[in-house]
Amino acid sequence: MIRPYAPVLLEIRDLHAAVDGQPILKGVNLTIRGGEIHAVMGRNGSGKSTLSKVLAGHPAYSVTAGSVQYQGEDLLALEPEQRARAGLFLGFQYPVEIPGVSNLEFLRVATNGRRAQRGEEELDTFAFEDLVRERLALVQMDPAFLDRSVNEGFSGGEKKRNEILQMALLEPLVAILDETDSGLDIDALRIVAAGVNHLAGPDNATLLITHYQRLLDLIKPDYVHVMAAGRILRSGAADLALELERTGYDWVDQELARLGLAEQPALAEVP
Amino acid sequence: MSSAAVGDLVAQPYKYGFVTDIETEKIAKGLSEDVVRLISAKKEEPAFLLDFRLRAYRQWLQMQEPDWAALGYPAIDYQDIVYYAAPKQQAKKVSLDEVDPKLLETFDKLGIPLSEQKRLSNVAVDAVFDSVSIATTFKEQLAEHGVIFCSISEAVKEHADLIERYLGTVVPSNDNYFAALNSAVFSDGSFVFIPKGVECPMELSTYFRINSGDTGQFERTLIVAEEAASVSYLEGCTAPMFDTNQLHAAVVELVALDDASIKYSTVQNWYAGDQNGVGGIYNFVTKRGQCRGDRSKISWTQVETGSAITWKYPSCVLQGADSVGEFYSVALTNNRQQADTGTKMIHVGARTRSTIVSKGISAGHSVNSYRGLVQIGPKARGAKNYSQCDSMLIGDQAGANTYPYIRSQQSDAVVEHEASTCRMSEDQLFYLQSRGIPFEEAVSMMVSGFCRDVFNQLPMEFAAEADKLLALKLEGSVG
Repeated sequence: MIRPYAPVLLEIRDLHAAVDGQPILKGVNLTIRGGEIHAVMGRNGSGKSTLSKVLAGHPAYSVTAGSVQYQGEDLLALEPEQRARAGLFLGFQYPVEIPGVSNLEFLRVATNGRRAQRGEEELDTFAFEDLVRERLALVQMDPAFLDRSVNEGFSGGEKKRNEILQMALLEPLVAILDETDSGLDIDALRIVAAGVNHLAGPDNATLLITHYQRLLDLIKPDYVHVMAAGRILRSGAADLALELERTGYDWVDQELARLGLAEQPALAEVP
Repeated sequence: MSSAAVGDLVAQPYKYGFVTDIETEKIAKGLSEDVVRLISAKKEEPAFLLDFRLRAYRQWLQMQEPDWAALGYPAIDYQDIVYYAAPKQQAKKVSLDEVDPKLLETFDKLGIPLSEQKRLSNVAVDAVFDSVSIATTFKEQLAEHGVIFCSISEAVKEHADLIERYLGTVVPSNDNYFAALNSAVFSDGSFVFIPKGVECPMELSTYFRINSGDTGQFERTLIVAEEAASVSYLEGCTAPMFDTNQLHAAVVELVALDDASIKYSTVQNWYAGDQNGVGGIYNFVTKRGQCRGDRSKISWTQVETGSAITWKYPSCVLQGADSVGEFYSVALTNNRQQADTGTKMIHVGARTRSTIVSKGISAGHSVNSYRGLVQIGPKARGAKNYSQCDSMLIGDQAGANTYPYIRSQQSDAVVEHEASTCRMSEDQLFYLQSRGIPFEEAVSMMVSGFCRDVFNQLPMEFAAEADKLLALKLEGSVG
């Protein structure tokens, strides 16, 4: 939902970032306001996932130039946990397994951290159980998942649903979903998309990172951005994604050549 | 948080590193037959014990220091150690009022208040300072139940028959090099006796404190549970920070008769040396329990976080039919610490069962080895063992080894062994952080998750403490 006068939640200016000394992001600009859904598309190695990790504060990525304002504050000065508590959420492409740590306890600690930030009282185990059961229904997850270790032995689809469950509990202002659609069958994709749509409201924003139109058939973006060579090459409305679906990315190479830029060789995808 | 920043946080200062300034009576450095006689004389021991010590000493002289463990350390000069050190005070303490307030203050500082007003209400404590026990709480209350809980020196005087009957029967004086040394020069430790049919009404606990810089501590603990008796016992240990190494060579013997059960828990937090491995305790310990009776049970739980070097294998000899042995261990090493620890489960009787759960966590440049033996003898029909050994590596400089030995002379025995190694990764920590969980809390969550199976075995009062202790030890070690 586009509201031109809605407050700006996230303002990325000329963002440059590197991993292991190798520049990946080379000047990203993006403004996200309350109520908006943005989709970032692009080929492997274009910098999409890096953008999401940098925003969430992954220690392996260093910001070399540029700024990110989150609700008017310097996001990059915050530790990852502070960003999360302030309402920034990253749904991981490959959620890690954490053996021995109970999913329920993890969700409770995370939820209470966010609640504390918002000045809400801490939920005890009983109150939290009630809340989590209500939110579980949203992603049609079996409560049995709560008793397991975080993501341990979960299927790909279960991991993604667990991500959306976390999002539902943390109620973020800006949710970045990194290839949430990858590895999902069509039923799981529908459940996840329904969850995201349900959580999207006039005051929060969603940034979808995806390769495929099929997610955007289910979650309709207000803006579509195409990333290449570490920057946003083109932005448009939802129909830009449809155009990409038709024409592919060949034009990207021509555009990059015209600008005298080369795309990084795709980094190996780490499952 | 970048790896470099994390590295800067390494090693929370050791909280228990202070030295108590107290007048100490020490004998001269060095070991000889005369020293053994002197120790025995100072403790006014009966002849049988002097004989026991002298026999052990002569055996020790014939033995070689073992070198098979995956440990590296400079040769120990056994003539450069003080074998007896005691705070100067009246020989016989009738009540706590006569104990030097400085000593009480020391134990207060260690979180083990002994005075009547402050002491823990449900745990009886024996406090050992260098070579002597300075106080034991709740002695009278326990005596009403027939339970004997006192220092071993006192037991030698007041319960000589029990000591003579049981001492050295589980760990013979020539069992190994360090057990022989201990048998020759042991100073103090605790004695527990639970008579037939009695369930000990409270937790028993001994707190060992090394204070002197050049003194070895050779504690000796003996726990006997008669038929259908049961007891839960916990030991804790700390020492000041010195840049020299102190030798701690203890012997612990447990005896369980028919239907008896002994639960022995250890939270070991001796000084571990500094980041570069200077100083720290050499913790070379022999612990063994004998399930002599049918249906008896001995359970070892250990949380090993301190010491420069830990070398110990709390073991169970499962002699009685249907007896049960358990070993639950968390061994955490950081910086330059080394640990070679595990257990031996010796199945002698029919249908004996044992469980081994070992969790090793290695951080920094440390090395952490699990070494265990499961032995099924020819008469142990239907014996069962289950072993699980998990290692967690933190950072990329630490090492973990597993040496499981299985010997079975019984074709119908069931022996299962599972092992795993994992690394606490930056991505796991980042995942927790990205959900608003601060870094240190994320580390502690993962470590306590990893150790849960073992912590669940600790007495309630100490489980939370163990959790905190690990978190503290690891603070900043993840990069």
